[in-house]
Amino acid sequence: MEFLRPATWDEALAAKAEYPTALPISGGTDVMVEMNFDVHRPSAILDLNRITELTEWSNDGSVVRLGASVPYTRIIEELSGPLPGLALAAHTVGSPQIRNRGGVGGNLGGASPAGDAHPALLAAGRDVFVEAASVRGTRMIPIDEFYVGVKRNSLAADELIRAVHIPVADGPQQFSKIGTRNAMVIAVCAFGFALHPKNGTVGTGIGSAAPTPRRAVEAEEYLRDVLAERGLWESGDLLGAEVVQRFGELVKAAASPIDDVRGTAEYRRHSLAVMARRTLTWCWNDYSKQIRSAA
Amino acid sequence: MTTRTIQGQKNLQNINQASKDGIGGSPLRPDGNLKVKGEFAYSSDLWHEDMLWGMALRSPHPRANILSVDISEALKVPGVYAVLTHEDIPGAKYYGLEIQDQPALAIDKIRYHGEAIALVAADHPETARRAVKKIAVEYEVLTPIVTEEQCLDPETHGYVHEPHEYKSHAYGNVCHEQRLVSGLGVTDEVRALADVIVSGDYEVGMQDQAFLGPESGLAVPAEDGGIDLYIATQWLHVDREQMAPVLDLPEEKVRLTLAGVGGAFGGREDISMQIHACLLAQHTGKPVKIVYSRDESFYGHVHRHPARMHYEHGATRDGKLVFADCRIVLDGGAYASASPAVVGNAASLGHGPYVIPNVKMHAIALYSNNPSCGAMRGFGAVQAAFGYESQMDKLAAELGMDPVELRQLNAMSEGDFMPTGQQIDSPAPVAELLRRVKDMPLPPPLDTEHLDVRQLPGALSNTSHGEGIVRGVGYSVGIKNVGFSEGFDDYSTARVRLEVIGGEPVAMVHTAMAEVGQGGVTVHAQIARTELGVEQVTIHPANTEVGSAGSTSASRQTYMTGGAVKLAAEAVRRELIEKGRRRYGWTHQDITLAGGKVVSESAGVLVSMVDLLGDEAVDLTREHHHRPTQAFDKETGQGFGHVQYTFCANRAVVDVDVELGLVKVVELTAVQDVGKALNPLSVVGQIQGGCTQALGLAVMEEIIVRDGKVRNASFTDYLIPTILDTPPIPVEILELPDPHAPYGLRGVGEAPTVSATPSIVAAIRNATGLALNRIPVRPEHLTTEQPG
Ligand SMILES: Cc1cc2nc3c(=O)[nH]c(=O)nc-3n(C[C@H](O)[C@H](O)[C@H](O)COP(=O)(O)OP(=O)(O)OC[C@H]3O[C@@H](n4cnc5c(N)ncnc54)[C@H](O)[C@@H]3O)c2cc1C
Repeated sequence: MEFLRPATWDEALAAKAEYPTALPISGGTDVMVEMNFDVHRPSAILDLNRITELTEWSNDGSVVRLGASVPYTRIIEELSGPLPGLALAAHTVGSPQIRNRGGVGGNLGGASPAGDAHPALLAAGRDVFVEAASVRGTRMIPIDEFYVGVKRNSLAADELIRAVHIPVADGPQQFSKIGTRNAMVIAVCAFGFALHPKNGTVGTGIGSAAPTPRRAVEAEEYLRDVLAERGLWESGDLLGAEVVQRFGELVKAAASPIDDVRGTAEYRRHSLAVMARRTLTWCWNDYSKQIRSAA
Repeated sequence: MTTRTIQGQKNLQNINQASKDGIGGSPLRPDGNLKVKGEFAYSSDLWHEDMLWGMALRSPHPRANILSVDISEALKVPGVYAVLTHEDIPGAKYYGLEIQDQPALAIDKIRYHGEAIALVAADHPETARRAVKKIAVEYEVLTPIVTEEQCLDPETHGYVHEPHEYKSHAYGNVCHEQRLVSGLGVTDEVRALADVIVSGDYEVGMQDQAFLGPESGLAVPAEDGGIDLYIATQWLHVDREQMAPVLDLPEEKVRLTLAGVGGAFGGREDISMQIHACLLAQHTGKPVKIVYSRDESFYGHVHRHPARMHYEHGATRDGKLVFADCRIVLDGGAYASASPAVVGNAASLGHGPYVIPNVKMHAIALYSNNPSCGAMRGFGAVQAAFGYESQMDKLAAELGMDPVELRQLNAMSEGDFMPTGQQIDSPAPVAELLRRVKDMPLPPPLDTEHLDVRQLPGALSNTSHGEGIVRGVGYSVGIKNVGFSEGFDDYSTARVRLEVIGGEPVAMVHTAMAEVGQGGVTVHAQIARTELGVEQVTIHPANTEVGSAGSTSASRQTYMTGGAVKLAAEAVRRELIEKGRRRYGWTHQDITLAGGKVVSESAGVLVSMVDLLGDEAVDLTREHHHRPTQAFDKETGQGFGHVQYTFCANRAVVDVDVELGLVKVVELTAVQDVGKALNPLSVVGQIQGGCTQALGLAVMEEIIVRDGKVRNASFTDYLIPTILDTPPIPVEILELPDPHAPYGLRGVGEAPTVSATPSIVAAIRNATGLALNRIPVRPEHLTTEQPG
């Protein structure tokens, strides 16, 4: 097995172009486990840990550019203001040790339907982009086009993830995850939710309840329309039980879960509806408080 | 400051004070800091020059015929030193803890998913792994026999072991059975005596010991043709007993030394890689190390028997139990392991700590193509406790009684009889334990004003900000035996040596006891300090140079090997005093050892041990046997079967998110009688650990097996409690001495594992109103499935 240790981003891209089957390693919290369990024995490993720019982030006031290897711990500590949904999701990942090593680049690289960053990224809106690069150039892949199958993403063989571009939150965001224990657990299912008052939309993300992370499109559209038609963005009035209920039902309907050792399909649907109702309620309560205190 | 010994001077005040690190004290364990810092050497850290790495090829099928095994390609891999199949075994091909029904390597047949077929030794683990993949096995895959119905209908579904191969009382896929009848049994007339009858079917999933240190060891071939094995195990001598015939060596040429053990809980009572490593070492003439990977570990040791149970209890209107009728079906899996003894426990303890005038019981262990099950903390008493304690709550509800009062009303106490006819002849404070656990203060209610998600079900997963949370409280009590039962003489041996080292008297304790984390070595040193009046005690590495210490299981080691250390130390003390009498002509009748000196109550210090011993040593070995027990009668279950009983009562307080089915155990209280707490800190630790393992069984721990295949052989999906799942566990200890036991002590480690699970389930029932007849309780059981 070859062990490649590029010192710069350009060297990394060159190495990936030369060895397209080389497996990138960042925090290694997925890669090392899979090697231990003999899931795969890559011909080469491409270590990204010397490339310091991957552990940096910047915020221009409207978009956060999050380096692929910024660990979850720092997302929680440094970015819970501009990226509250992702920070909440980061809180639920593994244990302190895992959060100190693992990051969003690795989560996207693995593209597991159970990855916790995904529902938060989807909920953050359609303007979330994965910055993928190769010796051929840079692509900005919209998050909605990134997940293509079970543990498959739309990266080309010679591409690496450099960063993720996420709009700064313009409204409340929430993330909930079901696990059969109270910490250190892979999601039975998860749900991300965000209000986007600026453009009058809402964002959703479903985890662990379909072959890929996915958006509950009809739920988003339903809520967007209700909020607009009833002038709720302006009034901040209560949503009413039937709206919350209907939203939960639509989220549930968007999932296509399976039975597995972590839980049943039926339970996943059920709990998604509950999480959808609760996260919507929390976000809306926060939003209407803001509106009313501004008024 | 140096102390001078003045013969005859009355300075007893200073020296008669017992060492604070003697029995009753809480000296810290020697391995504690090392383990916390990651510096403790576990068996997986063993290393030897020139050593090879051993690895096994395991079956992907639970049931199959092996048509052929082709090792030629594996042998060609550079760096491979040996590839072995059952044909290469020099001696006996089968071994087993109680019944020799398990092949060291599969012979023609596969009986469970993960069964070892062939072995590779190579110069690097990667090489071994690649070679294992090159072994070509042709299987005829058969439909596995996995359910109770399939097992009990061998005409239709076949036999796991052909009946002509049975080496015990097995019949028709039943590995072992035990019946029990007491009083009038359970007949229509007896049923008619009850005003109220409740019945229920209960199910217990397959729990794993989930120790963190994988099976590992190092086998080193010796010049005399024998083998030295460094191994993490629970019982060195029984390993050797099973290994020697397979290796075709006399037992004295198979020498075992205990290596650092990373947890056991029963999972190391059976052979795992011991024989395999030795076979490879014998064959290659080189040291061979084997370390299981995490998934292999799940295949490589036995688990707790899953159970299906039917219980029926009858009582009078005022709550007095009239009868209990029970059937317990344990799935023993492919090989017997400890199934017979587990069945014996289930049958004899399966009614709980209650006085029941009429009892009928039938307990069986099946042979199936599921993973083998055997010893795990609580050993047959755990499954039953979930059954009988669920029944007590059901009965209380039916009678409109307080569930604790109902239990107290029927609680057994000293002088009562077990359904086996055995009289309880030491304290059995069951009602008192319940009273105390109920009197402990309750935790404050959920603070809805200042919510901290970490305190809620789901914790940082952020599933609730107070919505759907309902609190529940539940109680339970359980019974467990201590020591091996049914006529087995599981004696322990200890050697104690006293000599002067560096100007100080030093005691050395040498036993073959497996220290698996229970704190036995700490207690041995405490006993030596107390009995010999010395401060310095060294613990000799545990090995087979000394006689057997029996197993570190059945809550027995402090009782049995602790008892042997006490006997040996007492003998050393007597010998030392005799030596003094011979030399100095003492005639005092009140001589004892304290503070490093020989002292007389009346005359004061007689001589220092340093002066008395000079450069001689007193070195004596003693065996400790408990009082004999009897086998249970096969049909009636009658017999003086158990050495000692132990009881624990629990109260669980839970918060349940009733919409999502998530549970947070808020507090788990335990009250236990331990006879005498030799090391109170360790005792509390054992009780808290036992409670935590019980919590795991209540709400998360299960090996999921579908069609004979293990589906979650990893810690990603076999969940054990984290610190956020583990609540405060207030413990109250009672010390009511057992006159039959050394120091009056009672085994501690298992009682809470037996009793705590039902209290948690009772609390969840209390919060949800659901029946909950299966453990572990999963979120879907509280929401979408709602069985019962
Ligand atoms: C004990 C434990 C608990 C865990 N709990 C959770 C959890 O609760 N939730 C969760 O979502 N995950 C969990 N994980 C999985 C893992 O921690 C996360 O997926 C994490 O985000 C991976 O990040 P990493 O940097 O460690 O990735 P790595 O292991 O380094 O890589 C993961 C994958 O991404 C690829 N990759 C990495 N960087 C790049 C890049 N820059 N460009 C292209 N491809 C790349 C790798 O080749 C690999 O395929 C857990 C893992 C462990 C061991």
